[in-house]
Amino acid sequence: MGRLVLAEGETFSPPGVKDFILPPIFGDVTKPMVLVVLSVVIVSAFFLITSRNLKVIPSKWQFAAESVYDFGRNSIAREQIGSKDFKPFVPLILTLFTFVLVNNLFGIIPVLQFPTMSRIGFPLALAVLVVYPVYHYVGFKRHGFVGYLKHATMPPGAPGPIYLLVAPIEFLQKFILNPVTLAIRVFAAMFAGHLILLVFTLGGEYLLLHAPVALKPVSLVAWAFAIAMTFLEAFIQILQAYIFALLSANFIGMALAEEH
Amino acid sequence: MVNTSILAAETPSPVMPHLAEVILGLVAFLLLLFVISKFVAPRFEKLYAERTAKIEGGIEKAERAQAEAEAALQQYKAQLAEARAESARIRDDARAEAEQIKEELRAQAQEESARIVAQGQAQLAAQRAQIVAELRADLGRHAVELASRVVGESLEDEARRRGTVDRFLAELDSVSAPAKS
Repeated sequence: MGRLVLAEGETFSPPGVKDFILPPIFGDVTKPMVLVVLSVVIVSAFFLITSRNLKVIPSKWQFAAESVYDFGRNSIAREQIGSKDFKPFVPLILTLFTFVLVNNLFGIIPVLQFPTMSRIGFPLALAVLVVYPVYHYVGFKRHGFVGYLKHATMPPGAPGPIYLLVAPIEFLQKFILNPVTLAIRVFAAMFAGHLILLVFTLGGEYLLLHAPVALKPVSLVAWAFAIAMTFLEAFIQILQAYIFALLSANFIGMALAEEH
Repeated sequence: MVNTSILAAETPSPVMPHLAEVILGLVAFLLLLFVISKFVAPRFEKLYAERTAKIEGGIEKAERAQAEAEAALQQYKAQLAEARAESARIRDDARAEAEQIKEELRAQAQEESARIVAQGQAQLAAQRAQIVAELRADLGRHAVELASRVVGESLEDEARRRGTVDRFLAELDSVSAPAKS
């Protein structure tokens, strides 16, 4: 979107990176920081309250909590890690999923309206400081130092000389790219999604306030798109949370796998 | 919106992480991970174990009940067959017993009739013997009397008289016995 100069002389400056750098609310605390803490409170409260008195035959709230827990446990952790080893990783995968999910959904919740994961620091913390150490740790523990390096960089089945090519690529991927792309994937999706919503919302506002009368109704179109995009965002936010947890489980599963 | 141009000038790259956010994100995540792994996951896992146990227990119980029912049915069938055999046996026994009783009664009746007949015969024999004895005595006396009248002489000698009579009677017996039998 270029710079739009209209008759009134008011210029429309499209939303950009600056909209993701929010002024501190108090001290050095910014909105995303508050949201992250809020997400911890929400997820903890949800699970602690619903799991307080679990019954074999679930109540409505227990059923909801069980569905989420089941999703993290069976659909993600067990599928990716394998039914032999997945048990110890269930809390980690469930936490990753719910934490990212709630922080993503903040992006479309009125008043909050900011996806925490659009600040690169948060996904980076999860991917590089949590998932990355965990999957390499369990890999080294399972296969031994040399064994794991070989396991990770030299997939069996390739003819000899190919390893000269494959091993560095695999190494680069496993030890450098995976955690970074894991973080950037969710960050970029949230960043772009929030930006799109801002463009349509602020663009509509600008058109309504400053455009010539003939162009003012167009703002309705812009807002309609903003609403449609909100639904799309909701889907993407859930999807990204799922992918984040899925890939984390996948890395752990690959590190633990006996065969490549 | 007014001071955006000022901010835009010093806008940092969005992919440069803020250290504070990284640390906060990590701490917040670890806190949540602690809560979930310490409290939430164990509760759910316990519930799952309980549920599995309950379902397995239920299946086991149903299987046991079915086996019990099967056993009871077999037992009842066996008992029924036994009862049938027993009743048949009792019927047979009763029939045999009735037969036996009938036989016994018949034997008893025959015996009784034989006894009665024998008794009658004995009585008859006794009466006959008595009558014969009486007759013999009478006959002796009358004969003697008749003879004494005929002869006209009294047979004073007792011994001689008895001998004569006896001899006569013996002759009479020997004559009448073959004729009678």
